[in-house]
Amino acid sequence: MSAMTMSGDFGLEKPVDRSTSSQPVAEVAAEPAKEKKMEKAATLAVAETGTPIGEKLGAFGRAILPPVLGLVVLIGLWYVATHKGGSIPGPVQTWDAAVALFSDPFYRNGPNDQGIGWNVLSSLQRVGIGFGFAALVGIPLGFILGRSAFLSAMVNPIISLLRPVSPLAWLPIGLLVFKKADPAATYTIFICSIWPMIMNTAQGVQRVPQDYLNVARVLALSEWKVVTKILFPAVLPYMLTGIRLSIGTAWLVIVAAEMLTGGVGIGFWVWDEWNNLKVEHIIIAIFVIGIVGLILEQSLILLAKKLTKESS
Amino acid sequence: MEKFVQIEAVGQTFDTKKGKFVALRDIDLTIKQGEFIALIGHSGCGKSTLLNLIAGLTRPTTGVLLCDGREIGGPGPERAVVFQNHSLLPWLTCFENVYLAVERVFGAKEGKAKLKERTAAAISLVGLDHASSKYPHEISGGMKQRVGIARALSMEPKVLLMDEPFGALDALTRAKLQDELMKICEATRATTVMVTHDVDEAVLLSDRIVMMTNGPAATIGEILEVKLPRPRERLTLAHDPAYIDYRAAVLEFLYEKQAHVEKMAA
Repeated sequence: MSAMTMSGDFGLEKPVDRSTSSQPVAEVAAEPAKEKKMEKAATLAVAETGTPIGEKLGAFGRAILPPVLGLVVLIGLWYVATHKGGSIPGPVQTWDAAVALFSDPFYRNGPNDQGIGWNVLSSLQRVGIGFGFAALVGIPLGFILGRSAFLSAMVNPIISLLRPVSPLAWLPIGLLVFKKADPAATYTIFICSIWPMIMNTAQGVQRVPQDYLNVARVLALSEWKVVTKILFPAVLPYMLTGIRLSIGTAWLVIVAAEMLTGGVGIGFWVWDEWNNLKVEHIIIAIFVIGIVGLILEQSLILLAKKLTKESS
Repeated sequence: MEKFVQIEAVGQTFDTKKGKFVALRDIDLTIKQGEFIALIGHSGCGKSTLLNLIAGLTRPTTGVLLCDGREIGGPGPERAVVFQNHSLLPWLTCFENVYLAVERVFGAKEGKAKLKERTAAAISLVGLDHASSKYPHEISGGMKQRVGIARALSMEPKVLLMDEPFGALDALTRAKLQDELMKICEATRATTVMVTHDVDEAVLLSDRIVMMTNGPAATIGEILEVKLPRPRERLTLAHDPAYIDYRAAVLEFLYEKQAHVEKMAA
């Protein structure tokens, strides 16, 4: 194969022929191409104002219609399943309850009876604190494990052993150590968030292209420069994936943890409403938890897009 | 300086799953200061391995390498490398990529203004002033490779090591960069070692062409001294009988004496 490519290089006329159609020409042509693009944009704008708004609406409809339809079908099924009565409330009842509930989301009648807004916020606060500590410990640990094959071989079996354990199994130990429910719940969040953070960061560090590390070696950069100029930017996308996975798990776990620990929080609220037999509130809570989780996930995806765009 | 880079009885053996693989053996080569050396050979003959040894990126299994009288113990900015695939950091602009190198080499002695001046000078040496604030993904392959060269030159290295720097470029861009490199090397008197598989490139640029036998256990087959006067000009050389002879000599080595590589690969 090499002989083929080589013989191509030897013929003096051939390469010149070949290259007339390639790069430098493209470089020269860049300016007119830009103009063309602008022209195109201009004609496009004319076309857009010329054609009716219907087309724009059509594209919007195609994007929006399927999810809306899905939601309508879901609510329809829910309605059909519950309209004969029974213990599960239908969409209309739930809607009425939601209107009442969200008319005053931030009331406070003592520690065990607070508005849904406070419950969501205190859950988010626990997730925030537990997750923050996990990032503080997990990301540097991931860097260290990624850099050192020895440490990685030492710690990996332990991580593999502990990772599949439900974070709730750690809750009694948290209660024992902290002697209080609230930090124990935060601590379970810490435990469940830290694994994806360590694993993804370490993987990112191991996957930094050897070329970049060779540049660092030839320049004999200091370890600090290697970390800030090469490792950190190269690992950032992996780190953000770890963060996204962690937040997702944390939001799953907090509901269960709060059911067990009590206090204020969306998980506790679900359990409390179950004890009060307000089933429509439980359904509302399911929607609220889903929506908050979706917002968390989407905002992290947005952040990742923004950061990696800047760094690539 | 007669013996600037000395390679003495160097061999390189890699441990593979199938056992030991001898990549290089018995390499002896002395490079003078300001000399331009081309390493040429079929693919897999260990020319890049030899370059990495001079760079210090890998350590020899046997023998010793010296640069400026001192043993090469590891990579360092006095032996700058232009990598085959440019290896610019994608999150830094062209300027920042070069600045990273300048800062490392001169940061201890010089102020920020002087460092920036050096960076700008290196970038304009390769004719890229207009692209200095662009990111690598915004510029063409030829421009990226020029930034790679600027980064290497900005360090004022004792030895410039180039691993098929123009291999991925189209012929016209490659010719342009070869001419630029020739001018830069004549101006800076840089000692240069370049890995290439392009015969014309080797003859045009080099003072000596080191031709390597086929691997495994590759070594230096022949060394061809190119006594063409400088400055060299590719168009006039194309009809120069001496140039044609040199070219024929390299081709003969590659396709008659070392021709069995294709049979082995098949």
